[in-house]
Amino acid sequence: MNARLYVWQRLSAAVMAPLVLVHVIVIFYATRKGLSAADILARTRGSAVWAAFYGAFVVAAAIHATIGLRNVLTEWSPLQDRGAGMLAGAFGVLLFLLGTRAVVAVVLP
Amino acid sequence: MSDSPSELTVSLWRGGQQGRYETYKVPLRENQTVLDVVTFVQRHLDPTLSYRFACRVGMCGSCAMTVNGRPRWTCRTHVSRVAARGQLKIGPLENLPVIKDLATDMRAFFDKWQQAKGAFVPSPTRSEDFAPIRPDSPARIAADAAIECINCAICYAACDTVRWNSDYLGPAALNRAWTLVNDVRDGATSERLQAVAAAGGCHACHSHQSCQELCPQQLNPTASIAGLKRRTMWAYLKGEI
Amino acid sequence: MTLRHLRHRQSVLWIAALVHRLSGLALAVFLPLHFLTLGLAIRGEAPLETFLRWSDQPLVKLAESALVFLLMLHMLGGLRLLVIENLPWRDGQKEAATIAAGLSAAVAFFLLACML
Repeated sequence: MNARLYVWQRLSAAVMAPLVLVHVIVIFYATRKGLSAADILARTRGSAVWAAFYGAFVVAAAIHATIGLRNVLTEWSPLQDRGAGMLAGAFGVLLFLLGTRAVVAVVLP
Repeated sequence: MSDSPSELTVSLWRGGQQGRYETYKVPLRENQTVLDVVTFVQRHLDPTLSYRFACRVGMCGSCAMTVNGRPRWTCRTHVSRVAARGQLKIGPLENLPVIKDLATDMRAFFDKWQQAKGAFVPSPTRSEDFAPIRPDSPARIAADAAIECINCAICYAACDTVRWNSDYLGPAALNRAWTLVNDVRDGATSERLQAVAAAGGCHACHSHQSCQELCPQQLNPTASIAGLKRRTMWAYLKGEI
Repeated sequence: MTLRHLRHRQSVLWIAALVHRLSGLALAVFLPLHFLTLGLAIRGEAPLETFLRWSDQPLVKLAESALVFLLMLHMLGGLRLLVIENLPWRDGQKEAATIAAGLSAAVAFFLLACML
């Protein structure tokens, strides 16, 4: 890990802290109210706010998970910088694609 | 299995990187350090035992070894505090290649010290006045808190990030770099920040605090490294490194 | 790493770092599955509703609160690190790590209670 990766790692973490808090509150709310899929989608469909919120969450999570995974691979697996970077990067791309698809799935009107 | 109260059962690492623990019986005395025990073995039981020591009084850091799983200064470790049930297991420091028995090759430790730019670089010329340094200035307080390192390598041996990451400069080298970054007389701050911001530098630290927990000088390399993280992050964001 | 190394690794902060790493890995494994589930909504409400019904089982609810537990652990541990790294040093890290673990457990239990 160098200064550049560190800054991206910590920044994406800081961005996600309030997002996680809101997300956990949303989970609590949906659970207490016993919301069905239709109820949830009625709230998210066509919402620019939810699109921005979860869009940002997906981007930050993809960056954070990629760098974190890279660190774990360089320390705990035989892979070193290049190999670990490629594998972690591939995973990050997967997260970004699946995440964007999920956000689209729930906010598209 | 219990020993008579007058004897210690001591396992010592014999060999190089490959080897095994061999067991010796050492008389138990009332006031006895682990270094006394090792010395007794070498003098009276097996003269082929290799180990390091110098001052015997906790000033030089030469006698550090792994004692019952923890790296310690053997000259300052009383047997009564560590020998549970009269048993001692003593090996060389971890994370360093073993030369023979209890002596390790410390070159990597000192090389990383240099790589972290852990040496003072003077700046002014002869014709300038002395630098006035107030001992209560924040920078001097930070440097003083970390300055008493005697390079014993206990923190290096204890650090799992050193174990897992061969590039990692380690707690001692980075701690020293921090003291120099806080020394207003030093002229190599930029190069030093660059050195500790590279791969294997301060950002590799996971804040386990094993270094802080085991340092016999009560230093806190984790805090020093956190300080380096702050300095290098701002330097990076401002485009200085 | 053999068992004989476990001595100083019984320290609270070493365990906290391990928990942070393992929870991060677990969340990383979970996320693609989570995204795929939400992606069911692309085909309309019905597939998502079917999944939500399936997830009504107690064991799944337990797994969900375990996930929230891991998320809280990872976030609170990470916040502790952000404080260490960006603010002047403060002692009491062992206490902070223990409180973070307790708080995470409390949140997860509370969620479980709401769900059952």
